[in-house]
Amino acid sequence: MTDVTAPGASRRARGLWIAQGAALLLLAILAGVIVGETPLPLSTVAASFANHLWNAGLAVDPIDAGIIWSYRLPRTLVAAACGAGLALSGVVLQALVRNALADPYLLGVSAGAGAGAVAVTILGVGGGLLGISGGAFIGAALAFAVVAMLARAAGGGSAQLVLAGIAGSQLFNALTSFLIAKSANAEQARGLMFWLLGNLSGVRWPDVILAAPVTVIGFLICLWFARAMDAFSFGVSSAASLGIAVRQVQIMLIGAVTLMTATMVSLVGSIGFVGLVIPHAMRFVVGPRHARLVPASALAGAVFLILADIASRMLIPGQVVPIGVVTALVGAPGFAMILVRNRRRL
Amino acid sequence: MKLEARSVGWATGARRIVQDVSFEVTPGETFGLIGPNGSGKSTLLRLLAGLLARPSGAVLLDGEPLTSLSRRDIAQNIAVVEQIAETSEALSVRDVVELGRTPWLSALRPFGAQDRVIVNDALEAVGMAHMTQHRWATLSGGERQRVQIARALAQRPRLLMLDEPTNHLDIHHQLSLLRLVGNLPVTVIIALHDLNQAMGCDRLAVMDEGRMVACGPPGEVLDAARLASIFRVKATRLRDPADNATIFRFQCPGE
Ligand SMILES: Nc1ncnc2c1ncn2[C@@H]1O[C@H](COP(=O)(O)OP(=O)(O)OP(=O)(O)O)[C@@H](O)[C@H]1O
Ligand SMILES: [Mg+2]
Repeated sequence: MTDVTAPGASRRARGLWIAQGAALLLLAILAGVIVGETPLPLSTVAASFANHLWNAGLAVDPIDAGIIWSYRLPRTLVAAACGAGLALSGVVLQALVRNALADPYLLGVSAGAGAGAVAVTILGVGGGLLGISGGAFIGAALAFAVVAMLARAAGGGSAQLVLAGIAGSQLFNALTSFLIAKSANAEQARGLMFWLLGNLSGVRWPDVILAAPVTVIGFLICLWFARAMDAFSFGVSSAASLGIAVRQVQIMLIGAVTLMTATMVSLVGSIGFVGLVIPHAMRFVVGPRHARLVPASALAGAVFLILADIASRMLIPGQVVPIGVVTALVGAPGFAMILVRNRRRL
Repeated sequence: MKLEARSVGWATGARRIVQDVSFEVTPGETFGLIGPNGSGKSTLLRLLAGLLARPSGAVLLDGEPLTSLSRRDIAQNIAVVEQIAETSEALSVRDVVELGRTPWLSALRPFGAQDRVIVNDALEAVGMAHMTQHRWATLSGGERQRVQIARALAQRPRLLMLDEPTNHLDIHHQLSLLRLVGNLPVTVIIALHDLNQAMGCDRLAVMDEGRMVACGPPGEVLDAARLASIFRVKATRLRDPADNATIFRFQCPGE
């Protein structure tokens, strides 16, 4: 039996995939900019882009230009970065712990990041965007360590990991509530609660400048270790016997997940289910191999969160539904499907 | 490839699972490990492949201590087929065998035409070339075992370690696997339960309660006294008139 596919053909096929993916992402971003309470015609959007990118000097209503450039575009870009980052985090965690239910939200990493971010905001240590993200990073890393140790102490099985994740989430969420109740004034408290549910309203360009590079770096790390993640399919010991430096790969990948999750949570609050549902959906489309799963999940996560953000703006006229609520509305049924499909494997 | 074990051991908590095992395997040799359940064969194989944390003693590959080699270096030389391999990923047969190329690839040296040839050869060698697109979860126990062996072959190792590779195979595949392994130009360390199959090895090591109690050519190692004391069976040597080969007939003592 022979299976001879010319390398040139497979390279061309890959090029086609990349081109299609990029086109899809650009379309989604365009939709995110056009659709809103005041829909803007494509011509206005195009003119505004031309003005900003090439100093075209076209006539655009300054209010429209402001909505497009300072409000909707950064918001859409951050949504894309967050969606990709969360989906990638799910892919990595599912590969490393070999558990279909691994995801930064379920494993308590998001809760840890939230607690860290709130601690910095309220206690005022550090302050500023980087300070809050730094707090979120420390919180996320701490939550990771607590959950991993608890799961290990409980025997290290799949069910133990999920239960440890629940315990970790509860602990860090309680810590967050305690901090808010103890130190925040009423207005701060309302703001924080709204942010914790996932909220993109306040997003501006500085957020893009933080979110985009973190996602790109995370994506490149995941792509670099795609083959290593494949090697974990039969477990840690099998990965080691295939030549994977297990400890180093785990540290790099978990570092990338912590960085991405912490950044996303500090910018837009905790958004559930993206990391869980997107990678599973993509396994259906492109299969389990990470060389494809990583780019496909990043793309699908980005597009999904852009669409979820549009929905959060449009669902109730004149009001913004927290994006975490939208993703949960879509994600919870998806989660149920994963549970049913995996009933024998967990 | 030459492998040398010097007083190798492993303990968990206070319990010593393997202790003080020393032997040398010469290049091209097929070296068998036999012993009752729980005697430490699988643990010893993992130790020899450097897969266990905190080992005692030393393992040398062509004179180099295992601990001085990177995981990648080791995997380019040693392929391991463990007793049990499970995954919940929806991998195809070809995906699994392609995993064997992992130690030879990197982000800068992607899977290429030559790797594809090696993978196809490995699939061919275990008779799985007609099932490349089948999902792992749908395979029978014996098919899974053959796919794992193909994966190990695709690794193109100089030393192949097999942990009971025949326990799920039908008799035809048992014999053809043993012939395949015997004909490979590589060193093989193989844990076996079937003592008649073990007779085909160049040398045998007998494990009992974590210790190596005998090591040598099969005819010398497998004597009636040892079979009675370690394996707790009464063994009768029979001779096949066709080719004068020795075979054992086993009975439980007291029968
Ligand atoms: N990680 C571990 N922790 C605790 N005990 C272990 C561990 N690994 C192996 N053991 C114990 O060590 C003993 C030897 O196990 P091992 O798997 O090496 O035996 P074996 O000779 O391969 O047996 P079998 O013929 O059943 O495959 C067993 O009693 C087992 O319970
Ligand atoms: Mg064993």
